[in-house]
Amino acid sequence: MLVLGIESSCDETGIALYDTDTGLLAHRLHSQIAMHTEYGGVVPELASRDHIRRVLPLTETCLAEAGKAIADVDAIAYTEGPGLAGALLVGASVANALGFALQKPVVGVHHLEGHLLSPLLAEPAPQFPFIALLVSGGHTQLMAVRGIGQYELLGETVDDAAGEAFDKSAKLLGLSYPGGPQVSKLADTGDATRFKLPRPMLHSGDLDFSFSGLKTAVLNLVKKEQQEDGTLDDATRADVCAAFQEAIVDVLTRKCLAALKQTGMKRLVIAGGVGANRQLRAGLDDAAKRRRFEVFYPPLALCTDNGAMIAFAGAMRLKYAAADYQFGVKPRWDLASLPAA
Amino acid sequence: MAYLALDTSTEHLSLALSHKGSVIAHDWHVGQRHAEQTLPRLEALLAEAGVARADLQGIAFGMGPGSFTGLRIGCGIAQGLGFGLNVPVIGVSTLEALAQGSGADKVFACLDARMQQVYVARYLRGNDGWQEVGEALVCNPDAVPVPEDAGWTGVGSGFSAYGDVLATRLGQHLAASEPARFPLARDVLALALPRFAAGLGRPADEATLVYLRDKVALKTHERAAK
Repeated sequence: MLVLGIESSCDETGIALYDTDTGLLAHRLHSQIAMHTEYGGVVPELASRDHIRRVLPLTETCLAEAGKAIADVDAIAYTEGPGLAGALLVGASVANALGFALQKPVVGVHHLEGHLLSPLLAEPAPQFPFIALLVSGGHTQLMAVRGIGQYELLGETVDDAAGEAFDKSAKLLGLSYPGGPQVSKLADTGDATRFKLPRPMLHSGDLDFSFSGLKTAVLNLVKKEQQEDGTLDDATRADVCAAFQEAIVDVLTRKCLAALKQTGMKRLVIAGGVGANRQLRAGLDDAAKRRRFEVFYPPLALCTDNGAMIAFAGAMRLKYAAADYQFGVKPRWDLASLPAA
Repeated sequence: MAYLALDTSTEHLSLALSHKGSVIAHDWHVGQRHAEQTLPRLEALLAEAGVARADLQGIAFGMGPGSFTGLRIGCGIAQGLGFGLNVPVIGVSTLEALAQGSGADKVFACLDARMQQVYVARYLRGNDGWQEVGEALVCNPDAVPVPEDAGWTGVGSGFSAYGDVLATRLGQHLAASEPARFPLARDVLALALPRFAAGLGRPADEATLVYLRDKVALKTHERAAK
């Protein structure tokens, strides 16, 4: 079965072709980050206007790369939610009309299920059950995953997502939107021991996270260390980044360990944009060796939003694909409400 | 040989199908439920006309201005149909569709653009279809371009939302008005058919929209300047 995947939930248009026999055939991504940078954040209306220009050209590129025609597609998967309603509707409209034209079934995919299952696209793929840390600009969740659609939420952030804390701290440090990746880059050159930042909720006794206090601590540090012109010198800025990243990685790592201990599971899966963070990967790899568990990551290119994870998750849910073409989107959608596949 | 037109730019869903020289057209008030209703109703329309998907030779759609989200559902559907069926697509101005639908020869087309603004364009009926006078634009109702001559028929939701303001602004230039008229797929189809015949259909991936309101957010430096 050849599945076309369409992702348009936020600021990236992702298209992919996944074959249930031979695997991922092609995937393409268009990021809108440059467009939104001038506005200091994602403008939903502009995001939607861009998606509608990108979906078909990216689809054509994927088809050409895979040596397939649109008529070869057996089913179409699209991100039904959660996300920006107007942006989701673009992918949903094209996907359903394509299904209608080709008389092929269409399946709406939960964006976070896409992320959650994306490590299954890597080699070696993890076996169920596993603990999943879903960590991105919009989410920080720990889940027990016992099968497709069998997700138990163990803990989540009570305020900012980890990626959001990166971006907000970047802003406080005078780095332009979206500054998270720049914080990581500067952190590599900084001294993490010069400043000590708090590890919020590390001893809360549960698996929840909180990152807004860390952001406030960064703000206070910036105020204290700033020069007369209100900026930080480069070395100080790098040191703050290093301390900040170490704090986040420390909290994420220790909560993952607690989740493994609590459930007795031996496999950990990391998904979402922050999963590309090098220090996080190093910290988890190190812990995995010491504590004897396995850790799995999606291929680096599939850490951000992408179409491959949507095509793959759709392929896992073909029994829910329908051909009534009566579509809608779910800007808010609880992952735990999904049926087992 | 069949051609399909759709318009989702207002709270109506409008579909039209031309087949063997006749046209079947339907309109429904759907509010914001275009996503769930458009394709099932299209399926029913094809069945009613006895037309198979493979008989469709081209897809026309209302390309704006209008409700942003409604427009994108229509454009996305036109793209998906055109690409999936490998047939050309043509976008038609919703303001021109208003002109086409009215019986008049001189049309002052005006749609409610929300945020106390209107979308406007003027059309003169000519031998080769409609001639647009000036440019389509978005503006405040009390600032719409005033024609130099008289005898214009005001058409569209702008005249129901801002009837008094527009009547004052346009004065004796306005001869009549049709405030209840909205862009209809049958008029989109009527405008698109000669264009398909002339080979003006475009590949689905070029199907695009005209929003007119292009300033939808402030850039960081613009916010700082406020």
